[in-house]
Amino acid sequence: MTSIVLPEGAPEEVVTNALVRDVDLSAFGATGTLALITLDNGHDHTRPNTFGPQSLMALDTAITEAISRKPAAIAITGKPFIFAAGADLSALSFLSDRSQAVAIGKLGHDVFRRLDECGIPTFAFINGLALGGGLEVGLHCKYRTLSATAFTGLPEVFLGLVPGWGGATILPQLIGPEKAVQVIIANALNNNTMMKAKDALALGVVDSVFAPADFLEKSIAFAASVLNGSQKIERVDYTNDPSWDAALATGRAIALKKFGGAEIASPMKALELMAASRTSTRGAGFDAEDQTLADLTMSDPLRASLYAFNLIQKKRKKVEGAPKAALARKVGKVGVVGAGLMASQLALLLVRNLKCPVVMTDIDQERADKGVAWVKNELAKLVEKKRMSAESASRLALLVSGSADQNVFAGCDFVIEAIFEELSLKQELFKKLEKIVSPECVLATNTSSLSVEKMGEGLEHPERVVGFHFFNPVAIMPLLEIARTSKTDDATTATAVNIGKELKKTMIICKDAPGFVVNRLLTRFMGEITDAVDEGTSPEVADNAMRSIGFPMSPFELLGLVGPGVGLHVAKTLHENLGPRYRISPTMEAMVKEGIKTFYIKSEDGSVVANPAALALIHKGDSPSTAEQVRLRALKALAEEARMMLDEGVVSTPAEIDLCMLMGAGWPMHLGGILPFLDREGISDSVCGSRFHPAGVASLPSK
Amino acid sequence: MKVGTMATQASVVLVDAVRTPFGKAGSMYAGTRADDLMVRAMRGLLERNPQLPLDQIDDVAIAAATQTGDQGMNLGRSASLLAGLPNTVPGYSVDRWCAGAMTAVTTLAGSIAMGSCEIAIAGGVEHMGNHPIGDGLDPNPRFLAERIVEQDALAMGATAERLHDRFPHLTKERADKFALASQMKTAQAYADGKIQRDLIPTAARSAELGWGIATVDEPPRPTTTLEGLSTLKTPFRPAGRVTAGNSSGLNDGATAALLASEAKALELGLPIKARMVTFAFAGVEPEVMGYGPVPSTIKALAKAGLSIADIGAFEVNEAFAIQVLAFLDHFGIADDDPRVNPYGGAIAVGHPLASSGIRLMLNLARTFEEKPDVRYGITTMCIGLGMGGTVIWENPHFGKKA
Repeated sequence: MTSIVLPEGAPEEVVTNALVRDVDLSAFGATGTLALITLDNGHDHTRPNTFGPQSLMALDTAITEAISRKPAAIAITGKPFIFAAGADLSALSFLSDRSQAVAIGKLGHDVFRRLDECGIPTFAFINGLALGGGLEVGLHCKYRTLSATAFTGLPEVFLGLVPGWGGATILPQLIGPEKAVQVIIANALNNNTMMKAKDALALGVVDSVFAPADFLEKSIAFAASVLNGSQKIERVDYTNDPSWDAALATGRAIALKKFGGAEIASPMKALELMAASRTSTRGAGFDAEDQTLADLTMSDPLRASLYAFNLIQKKRKKVEGAPKAALARKVGKVGVVGAGLMASQLALLLVRNLKCPVVMTDIDQERADKGVAWVKNELAKLVEKKRMSAESASRLALLVSGSADQNVFAGCDFVIEAIFEELSLKQELFKKLEKIVSPECVLATNTSSLSVEKMGEGLEHPERVVGFHFFNPVAIMPLLEIARTSKTDDATTATAVNIGKELKKTMIICKDAPGFVVNRLLTRFMGEITDAVDEGTSPEVADNAMRSIGFPMSPFELLGLVGPGVGLHVAKTLHENLGPRYRISPTMEAMVKEGIKTFYIKSEDGSVVANPAALALIHKGDSPSTAEQVRLRALKALAEEARMMLDEGVVSTPAEIDLCMLMGAGWPMHLGGILPFLDREGISDSVCGSRFHPAGVASLPSK
Repeated sequence: MKVGTMATQASVVLVDAVRTPFGKAGSMYAGTRADDLMVRAMRGLLERNPQLPLDQIDDVAIAAATQTGDQGMNLGRSASLLAGLPNTVPGYSVDRWCAGAMTAVTTLAGSIAMGSCEIAIAGGVEHMGNHPIGDGLDPNPRFLAERIVEQDALAMGATAERLHDRFPHLTKERADKFALASQMKTAQAYADGKIQRDLIPTAARSAELGWGIATVDEPPRPTTTLEGLSTLKTPFRPAGRVTAGNSSGLNDGATAALLASEAKALELGLPIKARMVTFAFAGVEPEVMGYGPVPSTIKALAKAGLSIADIGAFEVNEAFAIQVLAFLDHFGIADDDPRVNPYGGAIAVGHPLASSGIRLMLNLARTFEEKPDVRYGITTMCIGLGMGGTVIWENPHFGKKA
């Protein structure tokens, strides 16, 4: 093995040591010794073992040492709670030379494959978290045991990579193509779902699962039983399995669906490697993995993905621009104004996470009761699905109450309104609330586009008014936009951020500006598409113009989800406040007027087709655009609007815009949110005269 | 109105007993928690007796001499939960210093005999690396100010020297010879594979070395010689007689035993390794605590209506060689009587304080199995601050063909 020097700028590798000790197998009913390799980077479980070049060399040395002891078996295990979390990704973003990327892939293979080829039975005792390269080490071993509470998986495709240290080649042969597609494609693209131990066992990824209390002892006993022949592990040869084509087609369909029909490199390449594993030798498979890994590593989408991944991880913990957490006020009672669906969802989210009294009001008792009943019913459903204990549900149900009398908000520390989107109503409401609640009580609004500043006008304490904007469905969408007015004070913002943390949301703090971040960009983007249609472009051309980029859904699919009513309302607000670049589409107005809710409908045979009722309403202009023209104007609009938002100080950094689009719009990681994509397409330069991110931050370094 | 029925006395049996390999204090178990050692012994015990439905365990009593940190939190309950016992099984903790596990056994035996309990787990653990002897103790100043005890009573090595003072004919040479024999007998027992079968392999991690598995005791020194022993320092007083060589060491380890009423054991098809006849604890002057087994054995024999001549097997804890010699001397038994500690003792394998009582029992059970001509045996040990404990057992194999 030859060691690899990390590229300039890369953080110093946290080396995972590989320690070898002998275990006497006679106590377990077998003869000889087992050379037990422990992976341990010397930190606790919060800094998992990873494999960078030096760690791989350390493992190589340990394998050599283990073999030299002439053991009956070699086994590899991890430190407490952690097996290995995979490749050390921190250096990947700094690779500037393709040959380095090939070398890292090859080094991993060269070390790991020794576990398969050394001629000694090898075992992976996966005692804790094993992800990516961590699981792949185990796949090179002949046998695997897994701790009953450990999670494992191959998240590479989620990150824009492929399981390229043997996973894509070995797994289909080990567990068959269908299950391999499940692990490598479906799980990875389903929000990076990890396997529980029982799933990994059922899929055949591991041979046995043991309780954590004596996992290592039981695993060694398992090894002994395999060695002395009392236990036989059968392997199936899947080479001629009839399911290959269907499995690969399923994988392809999953990947296409995830990215709105776009062929995104990482899942497609992973599927190619898996397909090749059917007939090629392992060695050839590994070589192909090296090349694929290098291709991906040296691509902008992967760099953008890594940027996005790190951004999400970092901002989950630290909110940009948040005041000191110590300024946050204690929240012991919260109020929700309104008891409609949105308000009820908020009440459920608040009570589940804050576990404090939540009072809801509406214009009459019946409506308030309906909201409370909805929350209680949702709690009951959670109990039914065994996702909550009956005790927790009854505790939470008792905390939720509803009334027609707003005086129940007395004593609240935080009141959020989710009433009809009409500024005057909200202004009136806040004035009324101010007479009921204390001067410190935070008054929050879930408005998506109205001015928070104006809602606070005329209040005695406008400093406690803040925008608290969720995305639908509020329980699932991870983003929360916290909008500060010119008067919002730090204690209010800190309290809002603290609540957001309790709600487990990823947050950005933005200036109170129309549409905040996500709706402003999405509306601008959508507007370009509807404009193109209104001008005479065929809706099919306009809506499909951006398919290849990999957004999760097309503009009109998104419109169907949001609803034309809401979309039009936001567009009107932004038109009034931000100017005529936000146009009001006559087609949209017609759809709302006629009550047409979706642009696409399911036809009788189940296929999705354009809704003839919607098509009939299209305002047809006489200057149609080509798909490329539509694509370009939409992307340019995004760049222009993002630039304006930064110039206006809506948010202070491009990263916050990316975070918003990743977490609030579900835009994919390979776009880095959006700005890295606009940079690499040259759009930023052409519209704004400069990139949003310096080259190398979310892209390949400039040559 | 209903009238309660008095429980009738049940026969108490030892179903099985196991232990972790013992380590030198802070050595092979330096990175292992005491409660994890205890859990390992319990799970090993249960794994060997798969026919036992876990929800039928009525109680768990676990001993430790220092009940703080990883030996705190009521080990009887906390180790049960950590070992995966159903949460319907209760548990409590016991402390009688070195006789902790012995007291866990006798206390549960009392409950079984009373009929309030049918199946129970007793155990003991001491991680003397994590809990050095005397750590955190705060002896009441009245002990010394009012001469309730002498200073020597508070240091176990000093009490052993005091035994030598009391019995001058029990010389250092005899103590060293006894210690050497303990090492030799242990080495022989290991060679014959007699110790290993009750050891539960135990994972032990070292941050520097990685994971390892303890499969054998760490303390034995099979290369010990009389010459070597004679040159060791006497740390407890100048020109003393007690050395590291003729004493047990500072150790880490855990033991666990399964007890049942004889009827329940038969009903579940559980093995019977020994049948409890009776037990007794007794006190002596704290300055000569090592003498404790003499009065406790006299008391137990009297309760059982037996004489020392009826006892065919002895497991005497070897806290100090002198303390065993004093016991044997009292009863007129030779220093090298083959009935005494045939597999060696604590001087060789170690004495993780509160765990040792059950180690004596598992050794006695092995003797019972090997010697069906032996009807009665005892396990006995000395206890700090001047006590002794003795349990008399009957061999269930007695009379069977060897």
